[in-house]
Amino acid sequence: MALKDYGDLNEYQLDALKEIGNIGSGNAATALSDMLERSVSINVPTIKVLDYNSAVESLGGPETILVGILLGLRGDIQGMMMFLLNKEFAHNVLNSLLGTEFGELSSLDDMSQSAILEVGNIMAASYVNAIASLTGLKIDISVPNMCFDMAGAMMSVPAIYYANISDKIILIEDEFGHINKDMSSHILLIPEVESLQRIMESLGLDS
Amino acid sequence: MSKPIVVGISDLNIAQKGDVLVTYALGSCVGICLYDPLSKIAGLSHIMLPTIADFSNSNTVREKFADAAIEILLQKMLSNGAMKVRIRAKIAGGAQMFSNLSNLSLAGIGERNVIAVKQELYRLRIPVVAEDTGKNYGRTVYFDSDEGIMRVKSVNMGEWSF
Repeated sequence: MALKDYGDLNEYQLDALKEIGNIGSGNAATALSDMLERSVSINVPTIKVLDYNSAVESLGGPETILVGILLGLRGDIQGMMMFLLNKEFAHNVLNSLLGTEFGELSSLDDMSQSAILEVGNIMAASYVNAIASLTGLKIDISVPNMCFDMAGAMMSVPAIYYANISDKIILIEDEFGHINKDMSSHILLIPEVESLQRIMESLGLDS
Repeated sequence: MSKPIVVGISDLNIAQKGDVLVTYALGSCVGICLYDPLSKIAGLSHIMLPTIADFSNSNTVREKFADAAIEILLQKMLSNGAMKVRIRAKIAGGAQMFSNLSNLSLAGIGERNVIAVKQELYRLRIPVVAEDTGKNYGRTVYFDSDEGIMRVKSVNMGEWSF
């Protein structure tokens, strides 16, 4: 049966996506840990098929202020990947890499911006590599983009992008932590329906 | 003041007797505030996309689209005692949150939303008296039914009223 909507996913398929999130985020966490030269912990990923409003609620509400890094996925899997870091996380990254602080985005110098983008880039690449080797699919990622704003405003980007397919969006959500409890981040993997179908086929879970 | 009436994404609502409407975190979406100063009826709609015409999925939410939602909001206000000739519009939103999205066929969706909203308001002969659109930041919009003032709040740029 071909997938038409995110709601069509069965239990096994959801489990497979969770495992993909697990492997991807494990790789991304290792990459992050190497960069920061610190230990990084990850939680078991959750997978949610949600409408936009609940997706935003699960991130702490529409007005939660986060740093967002958005990348496009192309190749055999089309979709988006979004990293959402809280301010403490971004601050810690800058502090480890450059010894600088995270103030306002408008006052962030080029060096700091590119450091955060690079972290997003490396984490995304390791996440995607893990999925690619698991499924045997070819996946490219686009140049990352960053903004520092309300979670709701950033989430509207994938919501609009997928609005023609479904009123719901699928989130494969991974949480990264640190010894410092205030730091939190999420990776959202947001595949298109056709790409989900392709992932399932490659894993032999398409029926 | 009582609690504000929250308008979610692809949603709309009206307020009167001094109640305040709010919609949080507009990104590329557009918030449309309509106001009749005499009956003091305010309406707020939060649209995501320009036009329902491109959509094959017929059971989609009509309130999601500029060219469907505004008329629904207008009818709702009229049936509560507003008068069309007195209604004025204030709009906010339509930002481009991520600067370089040309590869995602999303480029300019904020701008296209704003254009669609203005076209629809023009078709309905509702003048736009204030706007805060475009640029690259998210906006939360409060709209009060007492004076029809639209208050826009942002993360990086502060807040202001229209």
